[in-house]
Amino acid sequence: MSQQSVLYDVPGPRQRRLTLIGSAVATVLLLVGAYFLIYRPLNDKGQFSMELWGPLVDPSNENFSLVWDRIGTGFQNTLTAAALAIVSSLVVGTLLAVLRIQLKSLTRRRFTGLATPLSYLLRGLSTLLSAVTRVCVEVFRGLPVVITIFFVARGFPEFGVSFDTLWYLVIGLTIYNSVVIAEILRSGMEGLPGGQAEAAAAIGLSPLQTTRMILLPQAFRIMLPALISQLVVVLKDTSLGFIISYEETLNIGKQIIGVLDNPIQVYVVIAVMFIVVNYALSKLAQYVQRRLSRGRKTAGTPAQDPPPAALMSQSESTGQGI
Amino acid sequence: MSVLIDKFDVFAGGFWLTLQICVLAAVGALILGAVLAVLRISPVPPLRAVGTGYVNVFRNMPLTVVMFFAAFGLPALGSNADFLRIPVLDSLFSRLGTDLPYFRFALVALVLYTAAFVCEALRSGVNAVPAGQAEAARSLGLTFGQNLRYVVLPQSWKASIVPLGSVIIAMIKNSALVGFFGVVGDLSQTADQLTSAEGYAFVPVAIGISIGYLIMTVPLGALLDRIEKRQAVAR
Repeated sequence: MSQQSVLYDVPGPRQRRLTLIGSAVATVLLLVGAYFLIYRPLNDKGQFSMELWGPLVDPSNENFSLVWDRIGTGFQNTLTAAALAIVSSLVVGTLLAVLRIQLKSLTRRRFTGLATPLSYLLRGLSTLLSAVTRVCVEVFRGLPVVITIFFVARGFPEFGVSFDTLWYLVIGLTIYNSVVIAEILRSGMEGLPGGQAEAAAAIGLSPLQTTRMILLPQAFRIMLPALISQLVVVLKDTSLGFIISYEETLNIGKQIIGVLDNPIQVYVVIAVMFIVVNYALSKLAQYVQRRLSRGRKTAGTPAQDPPPAALMSQSESTGQGI
Repeated sequence: MSVLIDKFDVFAGGFWLTLQICVLAAVGALILGAVLAVLRISPVPPLRAVGTGYVNVFRNMPLTVVMFFAAFGLPALGSNADFLRIPVLDSLFSRLGTDLPYFRFALVALVLYTAAFVCEALRSGVNAVPAGQAEAARSLGLTFGQNLRYVVLPQSWKASIVPLGSVIIAMIKNSALVGFFGVVGDLSQTADQLTSAEGYAFVPVAIGISIGYLIMTVPLGALLDRIEKRQAVAR
């Protein structure tokens, strides 16, 4: 916001007048455009008739309670899937991040004091494991989450394992998001000042203790905004449940449309629901970010490297999710 | 594994179609996103409100819903997205000119959705330019337009490259959704077609499809990492 005002002067009387005129012209143009391009065609097709909107907005309509009951069920299912997916991806993601950090420190160890072949074997093994986890991360981060969910839903029955569709969705989302969260946390830990890990080593903490007690809590704190925006992504991605016919909001919407034949109206309602929840979540993320940056300054802690810009933007753009 | 060799042309065709969608959608989203970014930083309040509203709506809505809107809303507006039948382009990208509108609908949805993220990436670049630059330009007497053109945009461009790249990568991944919205023959629809209708074994098909997507996303990600590292050193 403050940045915007830097781009132009505080307007004087003439500029204010011009801006006012510009605003009026722009508003009129926008309204006229909206009227002719959107309102007129929709009205001509009767998209604003109570027949189509009634079941959604008019409590006296015979279908009103039934429709909202179904939408409520759908939204509940969406939230269930999202909650399960975010919890499990947080757990798996944290474990994965710790594992990768540990493996990285293992590859640097020389295993002195052991027999030479054994030490070479251990070094080879840790390098191999490190490479394997790296490849897994790259692969699952590079695959579209739709495809992951689709593969899970098709692949598990192939191997004779079958669950409820809810679990396919949760597993698919977890695979993708845990990898993303692991990367967020890992770069959070690597972005910490080197002195943190060195001090931990100096007071005799083992690498695992260092990660668990020193690095991880700080990484969580720094990366909290990114983690919350990942929550938005998960919530949006649960809408993919419809391709494996999990009964989430969109699928319910499709059923309602099948009966009432009012696609645009139903999708408007669903879109508003998603927008409200996600907007609130992203505002929360912004608030947390502001709190964090303020808190750090007053606490007088040593200047920490801010999380790399690209990473934050990446989490923002993964806000893209689907 | 023989399906990978027998049906290689199907996989290649799917890859090619997905690539076409991605290129078209990337160009469209970059243009629309740039326009939105200008709206969002412009001095005229209603235009700013439009930009902000657009970004908030499309960023918080699942792409799935946008796709449904494109598929049901555009026909209701009396359009088959025929404005995308651009004379020279549709001979290059044959799907743009077909009678079935699903490819165009999917493209519209992808562009509308991605543009919101492109706008944010560009804006974060503008915000990354130190305030003193714009202030200095202003004190030299440059207007808003001159300020953007000669001082802010040339610098913000560098800061936007990495976020823009990750937006494009995410868009490539999102393009997998079009296969479930009636676009026949892209990579994800190929996966569905081969495993369910034609009854091929699941694992080889999954590997083929995965390779198709990874070819597009992994090198791009690696490139971005390199650019980012180089920029970090330069700063």
